[in-house]
This record gives sequence, C-alpha cells and structure tokens, in this order.
Amino acid sequence: MPKFVLLWTDAAVWLLTAGLVAYVWHVRRRPNLRANWRKVFCDAPALASSVVLVACLAVTLADSIHYRPLLPAAAGTAGSGDAYDTRTRSVLDGALAGLVDARETTYSVPLGAVSFTKETLEVAGRQERVAPRLLHGGAHLTDPDSQRRGDVAWRAAAGALCGFAGAALLSALLVGALARKPGQSWRQALAGAWEGQGEIPWRVAMTTIVVLGVLVGAVAALAMRYHVFGTDVTGNDVLYQTLKSVRTAFVIGALATLATLPLAVVLGIAAGYLKGWADEAIQYLYTVMSSIPNILLIAALVLMVQVFLDKHPEMFETGLERSDLKLFMLCAVLGLTGWAGLCRLLRAETLKLRELDYVQAAQAFGVGPTRIMARHIFPNVAHLMLIVTVLEFSSLILYEAVLSYVGVGVDPSMNSFGGMINLARNEMNRNPVVWWPFASAFVFMLGLVLAANLFADGVRDAFDPRARVFRPRVLRTARSRGARP
Amino acid sequence: MLNFIVRRSLYGVLVLIGVNLATFFLFFTVNTPDDMARLNIGGKRVTTELIQRWKAERGYDKPLYWNDAEQGSEKLTETIFWERSVSLFQFRFGRADSESAGDIGTEVARRMWVSLQLALPIFVLQIFASVSFALLLVTFRNTRLDLAGVVLCVVMLSISALFYIIVGQYLFARVLRLVPASGFTEGLDLVRFLVLPVLLSAIARLGTEARLYRAMFLEEIGKDYVRTARAKGLAETAVLSRHVLRNALIPIVTSAGGYLPYVFLGSLVFESFFGIPGLGAYAIEAISKQDFAIVRTMVFVGSVLYIASYILIDIVYTWVDPRVRLA
Repeated sequence: MPKFVLLWTDAAVWLLTAGLVAYVWHVRRRPNLRANWRKVFCDAPALASSVVLVACLAVTLADSIHYRPLLPAAAGTAGSGDAYDTRTRSVLDGALAGLVDARETTYSVPLGAVSFTKETLEVAGRQERVAPRLLHGGAHLTDPDSQRRGDVAWRAAAGALCGFAGAALLSALLVGALARKPGQSWRQALAGAWEGQGEIPWRVAMTTIVVLGVLVGAVAALAMRYHVFGTDVTGNDVLYQTLKSVRTAFVIGALATLATLPLAVVLGIAAGYLKGWADEAIQYLYTVMSSIPNILLIAALVLMVQVFLDKHPEMFETGLERSDLKLFMLCAVLGLTGWAGLCRLLRAETLKLRELDYVQAAQAFGVGPTRIMARHIFPNVAHLMLIVTVLEFSSLILYEAVLSYVGVGVDPSMNSFGGMINLARNEMNRNPVVWWPFASAFVFMLGLVLAANLFADGVRDAFDPRARVFRPRVLRTARSRGARP
Repeated sequence: MLNFIVRRSLYGVLVLIGVNLATFFLFFTVNTPDDMARLNIGGKRVTTELIQRWKAERGYDKPLYWNDAEQGSEKLTETIFWERSVSLFQFRFGRADSESAGDIGTEVARRMWVSLQLALPIFVLQIFASVSFALLLVTFRNTRLDLAGVVLCVVMLSISALFYIIVGQYLFARVLRLVPASGFTEGLDLVRFLVLPVLLSAIARLGTEARLYRAMFLEEIGKDYVRTARAKGLAETAVLSRHVLRNALIPIVTSAGGYLPYVFLGSLVFESFFGIPGLGAYAIEAISKQDFAIVRTMVFVGSVLYIASYILIDIVYTWVDPRVRLA
C-alpha cells in the first residue's frame, strides 16, 4: 500500500471537482438554470470544446492523486516499518512510467531513432562523427533508416484504429445514455442523436470524442516505442512534460479565478447595495488596486511569497511540496490582484437591482440587509459571476506563460507551458533549430485555450440576456441546417 | 472642464497615496531592510558593520513607521516610510538597492523616451489594424469571408503573445533576415529595430480587438440612422465610414483607452524580448535581480501613468462624443 500525499493544489482540485458535481446536481433541480445550460450545449462549438475540457480535466485529476510508492523491504530492515520512496508520484506519472523512465541523454527529434547531436565514436577503427542510437526511442529497430517509416505508420494506424473503436463505443454509450428519452430503446436514441433530432447537436460531441480517441490512440501506440514529441535538453520526454503542463495550466486557470470570487462578490454587492461611505471606500480600494500595473503587483507579491517560503522551510518536506505550495500561493496572489474588474461589474449591477420592486418589497417586510444581499441580490447576479469566471479561465492560462517568462510564475522545477516557452526561446536560436518542445507546447496550449474560449462564448451567449450575439451566419439557400435562431 | 481635471487629479493623488502605502507595507514588512542588505551584499562577507553601512548609504537606517527616539513631529518624519513617500511624490527615486545600479531617477527619465518610441507606434498601429480588419468583416457580414474572419480572430486570441514573438523573430530575423532580431540604436536606423516588435504586437492583439470592434460595428449597423442613411441612397462604404465608424468610435475609445496605461509597461515582454532598453525591460531586470527599490519605483511610475491616461481618456470622450459633459 503506497503512502498517499495530499498536496495543497490536490486538495483544491478535488474540492473544486466536488463543487462542480454539487453544482451539476443543483442545476438539474432548477428548471431555469437547466434551460440555460441546455442552451450552452446546443451551441456546437461549446459542446465540442466541453468534451476537450473534460479530457483535460481527466488528465488534471489523474495528476492530482499523489503517492509515495512502497519500497521493497531491504534485507536487514525487516520489522522497522515500511520504507517509502522519497519521490512523490502521481497516478499520471504511474500510468506514464514508461515515458518517465525512457530517458535519453539529450535532444532527439520527434519519433526519432537517433540522437539529435552527433558524437565522435570509433566506427570500424576510425574516428567518425555520427549520431548515436537512442537508448529507448526506436530501440527495437535493427536498421532505423529503412524500417522506421514503416514501423511508425503501422503503429500509428493500429493505435488509431484501437482508439477509434474505443472512442466510438464510449461515445455511443455516453450519448445513448444522455439522449435517451423514457420509453426509447438505445438504438432509437442513438439513431435520433446521430440524425440531429432534438436540440443538442450530439453528432458534434460524438465526432469530437472519436477524433480525440483516434489521436490519443495513435499517440499512445507510438509512445510505447518512440518519443512522439521528441525529448528536451536533458533527454526527458516532451509529451510527458506537456501533459504535466496541462495540469498546471488547469490549476492556475481554475483556482485563480475562483480565488477572485469571494472578494469580488462580497465587496461588489456590498458597495452597490449599501452605497454611502462603504461604496466610496470599496471604490477607492479597487481604484488603488487597478491603478497598480497588474504584472508588477503580481511580481511584487510573488517575490514576497518567495521570501516567505525561503524563511519557512518547515512548511514542506520535499521539493515537490515546495513548488506545489508556490503554485497554490501564486493562485492566491492572482486572485488577490484580479478581483477589481468583476467587483466593478457586480457593483453596477447591484445598483440597478436594489431599486427593483422585489428588493423594495423585501425591505418593506423588514428583511435585514445581509439577508437581502445574500438571498435576493446574489442569485440575480450569479450569472455575471459565472460568465466572468469562464472568460477569465483562458486568459489566466495565457497569463501564466507571461508570468513565467518574467520569472514570477510557477516554480522552474514544475512543468508548465510558460516554462517550456521560456526554454524554447533559446532552443529556437540553435542551429539546426530545436522546434519540437515549442511546437508541442503551442499545440496543447492552443487546444486548451481555444476550447476554453469557445466554451466561454457559449456560456456568455446563453446566460447573459443582454449579450449581443453577432455570430456570422452564412446565408445558405439549400440545407440551411446550421442556422441558429 | 478645468474643474473636472483638477478634481480628478486630486482623487488621483489620493489613489497614489493608497498605492504608496500598499507597496510600502508589502515590501518592507515581509522583507526588512536587514534582509535586503543581506541579500544584496551576499555571500559570506555579511557583517553587522557592512549591513549598517549599506543601510546608511541608502537611507534605510531608520525605523519603518514610527521613530520613538525623536521629538515632536519628527517622530513621524524621521522614518523610512515618510522619507520614501515624500521623495517618491517629488519624483526623486533615490538609489537602487543593488551595488552596480545607479540613480533610479535618471534611468527612468532616459528609458521613458525609449519606451515611448516603441509604445506609440504600437498603440496607433494596433487601433488602425484592428479597426480596418473589423470594418472589412462588417462590410462582408454574413458571408463566408466574415465566418472565416471570426474563426481566425478566435484562434488568434487563443495564442499567447509569446508564440507570436518567438515565431516572428525566427521567421523574419533568422530565416528571411529582413530585420535584426533585437537591439536598439539612436536615429533613423532605429526603424529597422522597431518594425518587428511593433508589427508583432499589433498581430498579437488583433484577434481580441477586431472581434470586439466587429460586434460594436454590428450593433450600430442595426440602428435607425443607418437605415435612414441607406434610404437616402448613400453607398454602403459611405454609410460605414461616415456614419457607423463615427458612432462606434465611442466604445472603441473606451476599449483602446483602457489599454493605454498598459502601453508603457504592457510592452514589458516585447521590450525584454527585443532588447529595447525601456521601462519594461528595466522592470524585468529589477524583478530578476530582486531589486526592490526599482520595483517600488516602477509600481509608482506605472500608477501615475495609469491615472494620467484615464483622465486623458475622459477628455477624449468629450471630443469624440459631444453629448458627454464632464461634471
């Protein structure tokens, strides 16, 4: 039995997931919320991106269960208690153990079988500059030059086929279960969903799942024998790093936005409802806050966090715990500095709401101000909170990269997109150019941020009654199925 | 108008006092002058005398907020907080914390012009490019071109600015060898160094802004006065450029103006990537050297610029929209 380690961000991620589940349950019981969320999923891009986001969430969750494996009892230490590995690993590390262990000495190109840098070796009695074979990538090939292409194609095809089958089955089960109406057979439900009956474009969801499945299958099949995205300067697999970076990005996007909520909601509603000196004070507070250049304020706070961590080494046992605590604090810092925008928005909305009849009625009944704010005003500004939260998610992921570049982002020992881009800056100046860590960071980051943005657009259109939707609608004469109301 | 400017400026001073208080508290409470001295002297040479000398040289050898040793009002004025605050408001920034760096004030004054040379073209080109692109999409609204343009915008705004910089540098400076990758000079030759960062900065924000402006234009286009203009028989281009653009300018000024304060420090990353010795690069250097005196100064300068540009935006409002009265 390994020893489980609960890191700060792990706890936060799991709490967040629990909150998400509770929210889904809450939504199911409220008809109006349900209708709004239904509208979100009727939007094809939002539905497809929610599939991508769920996949990223799965990676994050797998990387959020940390444990220290039990070491095999060494001779002579029997009876002195269990010994655990000093390195903390996550379930994701465990699943990708093959990639972690398949370490090369330095750079290698994606799907390569030989090293990127040449070495002087003795070949048939002469000194020659050759690129040595990799320790793991393509090590099963006897003659890489002739076999590699065929082997890669064969493996990719096989993996893609398996992925296709698995994903097709999964999507059929999922969609069948979700789209089935009472009294309908699975077959009818699936056929209906595929043909586009009902409001939700299930076909888009199924296609997304299948495409994801094919990609994952092909990459997984290749990753068993190759470094699909190459290796970095110390020979670590880039695919593994990008997957770990997904978690960092996800944690920053989710936790930092959530951290802004308490301050923004409480102060915003209080300022708008109480007016008078409280309003003046809160306005002054967020004016001060937003007039400090954001990046400098964050830099200052993160430097402070660094000093704090250096002074309190007793708060963490391992390097991982330290970098994790730093990530957690970074999220707190981002939350502490980022609440001004939402606060301003909520204040303006509350100013409008407090003059409405139902609030006046509540006041006339003698309901206290705290209760009015919590029970009457908060539920009516909650949609703004939701919209801003999902919109902020993607911008924080982008922001993390800039912060890491400035040197105030996550710990350098932690994998993150910002760190990868930072390294890529020098790698792109090498000759021949080392492009693959940069390219894979780009692809994964674009995928994640694009999905988050599309999802956010869907949420905004569905929840904000005043959102002016100016989606381009190509006017087609025949087959105008894609037109939305 | 004058009344408005005076009142806003006074509130700005009040905000600056708050900023000053916040930064001072932030920097000096967690990181005492003794810690700073140790950090900057570094190594094994740290002795009590050295620390005292370092603090005396920079005026850190006093209590933080309250000096019990002095008499009367000097209890308040003979402290680090008072001295630092007063000199900040007089724009005397004092000496940097690290050994080698010189006077912060002269550095800021010199680098400000460098930053401006980069920031102004960026600002102008950004607005021009985004507005033109948005107008193009609006002209061809509800066609395939519009759809493709909006998809392009969404993809572009999902890409980090750092990617644009790295790819742009690689493509234009290394592969095509059109411009130098980074650096800075005086005089006309400067254009060669500035053209790439300016161009990339405009591209980096094109997606976000063009999409926003497109929505603003489309909102105006649905209004009655546009229909009237069309009914008069005006050509579509005339309607767009003379009527719609003029009216959509108000929200555009808000959104572009909101970006103005970041133009100075917001090109932080661009300055440091392209080796342009402006304020942003100065701030990044200070952060990596952990020179708190410079970071403190940059926070103050940034806030001053922010407040000033917000007053400026309000004045521009009255010029763009005659209905707005500043009161």
